[in-house]
Amino acid sequence: MTIQFNEETFRDDYTFKNSDWAIQRFPFPFHEDSYMYSVNMEQHRGGPEGSIYEKRFDVDEHYVAEMRDRAMVLADDPLRCQSLPHMTLAGWDLLELIMVSKSEDYPDLFELHRDGDQWRWVNKPLGIDDTFTFLDETTLPYGPMEYITRQAQGDFCVLDQRDDNLWMDAGTVTTQADWSLDFDIGMNFFEWHAPVPLAHEKGIFVRALKFLLNIQQGSPARRLNWTMTVNPLLDTSPENYHKWGIQKTTITPDNIGQKQHLRVELQTFFRLPRSNALVFPIRCYLCNFDDMMTMPKWGRRLHRVIRDLPEELATYKGFIDNRPMMLDYLAKFDDGLPTSPGIWPDKDSEPPLQA
Amino acid sequence: MSGAEKIDVTVTEIVAVNELVTRFKFERTDGGLLPTFSGGAHTVVEMKDGAITRMNPYSLMSDPMDQSAYTISVRRDDEGRGGSLFMHNNVSVGDKMVISYPVNLFSLDLRAKKQLFIAGGIGITPFLSQIKQMERLGGAWELHYACRNAALGSYVDELLSAHPYEAHVYYDDEKQAIALEELLNGQPVGTHVYVCGPKGMINWVRATTEKLGWPREAVHYEEFLAPQPGKPFEVKLAVSNKVIQVGEDESLLEAMERSGVDAPYLCRGGACGQCETRVIDYSGNFIHRDHWLEDDEHASGEKIMPCVSRFEGKTLVLDR
Repeated sequence: MTIQFNEETFRDDYTFKNSDWAIQRFPFPFHEDSYMYSVNMEQHRGGPEGSIYEKRFDVDEHYVAEMRDRAMVLADDPLRCQSLPHMTLAGWDLLELIMVSKSEDYPDLFELHRDGDQWRWVNKPLGIDDTFTFLDETTLPYGPMEYITRQAQGDFCVLDQRDDNLWMDAGTVTTQADWSLDFDIGMNFFEWHAPVPLAHEKGIFVRALKFLLNIQQGSPARRLNWTMTVNPLLDTSPENYHKWGIQKTTITPDNIGQKQHLRVELQTFFRLPRSNALVFPIRCYLCNFDDMMTMPKWGRRLHRVIRDLPEELATYKGFIDNRPMMLDYLAKFDDGLPTSPGIWPDKDSEPPLQA
Repeated sequence: MSGAEKIDVTVTEIVAVNELVTRFKFERTDGGLLPTFSGGAHTVVEMKDGAITRMNPYSLMSDPMDQSAYTISVRRDDEGRGGSLFMHNNVSVGDKMVISYPVNLFSLDLRAKKQLFIAGGIGITPFLSQIKQMERLGGAWELHYACRNAALGSYVDELLSAHPYEAHVYYDDEKQAIALEELLNGQPVGTHVYVCGPKGMINWVRATTEKLGWPREAVHYEEFLAPQPGKPFEVKLAVSNKVIQVGEDESLLEAMERSGVDAPYLCRGGACGQCETRVIDYSGNFIHRDHWLEDDEHASGEKIMPCVSRFEGKTLVLDR
């Protein structure tokens, strides 16, 4: 399948939009009518055809525009991409993983030609055709991690593994849900998760770390996480909170369906072979309420989840003030009918909204 | 399915390194490339030994960047349960075998200003791949390698000729010993120490570094235990609702697998913690042999690591 890439923006005039295809494959994150933290990990080994789970690194219609947005963020703030000196080998691991995966999974868009250490990488959507020497940084315009993550959607945290812990020692983070790589760089797993409410008491992080430390080569894992974003903003960083935080006050009953987006992260985890580091790609998908309501099951369920969410979580996820307005909107799409289990829209089996 | 992903391989070379150690080379049966790995990683080799499937971990000693083949070295253990004897006596060139993807429980700390390797006997194997990694990436390292005698010094000649300044060899028979305190005191700040060898050597290095005030995070060790034979015993598995017999020459984990119970595992050598199992009830004595559980956990009678530990007594009920 050849993808039609959107001409769109994630700032200023916000021309971002989802096609019908993108809405149908949106990773709706709630598998039941309520939500609480869980480790909810599964193997990352493909998924239904056309779904965001199918490929190792999903490429969609937003690819070119997202990469343009990343380049703008990095131009304004180079500290969004950092790699401590011992993480260069992990950067090469990541470069190899992405190049091999994309060239195998999307041969019409990406090509990788290897002759020993001489590699040629062709990225057709971005018009790149580079030849370089693997493991020789001087032959690339950026470090290996920065080079490849300027060509891959989603944020990338590259975690060193030592002393039975994971350390945030490298990453490219420009599409984040209000956290800062520059602040977290060098922290361990418990340190960077310290602000999250409720999950510590439930022992979630101890179990999650144990799981992550044991992710092995050849056995990647994945989970979904979510939050809310007003306007289709990729860069909701603490560094720019003064620019986007205020936008949360601009929603009204008239514009909420267009402006309010559910922000879903597809989080995957891969053991990197040469460095034994762990890479944690966090891919952001945005969908506005109006588009989501085209799936009757999602309309019913989103209303119930948001209505019943504990106050601490609505506060932590930054939408406690707007929750009443969201519920006014969402209630119109909940007729009280039961929903089927699982995240898929089940368009054939879920009845349309009953008036 | 428990354990790491599997790879079908063919044995393409077998070399007797000395009287006790034999080297095996594996290539992918489908002709494809093997995954790269990090120095210090091991693979779990499956051996179809009659009715028993043994799975033993062996350190990968080949160049981590070489995707054409993996090599391991196996030391013959005449007193053991037969895993190493099977490799020595029953495996031939051309045999098809199954090995696991590489798993690393002994990886280099790449922040180190210098890597100091201390090996005893067959404990040299993880360092062989780590040295190749260091040579490829650049960076200071030094090896101190103790062997029983020259005849049993696996890979001594290769190491001394390729790395005359970095490699240092000591023979027990010639009363040569690593001057450990001096060696440690002479290291630059930021050095990390890695030790692999007999239990006594690991304890010696750990105790000495602690005495000299080395940071705990700068001291790394790996000791795979081969499961030891023992008296047969009976176990009740509460979740699976089975009563199984653990034979003299098999481990509790192997007996569970033989009975069709999919128990988690990774290293099968008492080090990684994956197979930790809760004890529901017991009457008798545990023979704990792992490095994973703390002493108080061993004493509590609440947990067992079935890859290496055994039991003697009347009743043992496990949460599996």
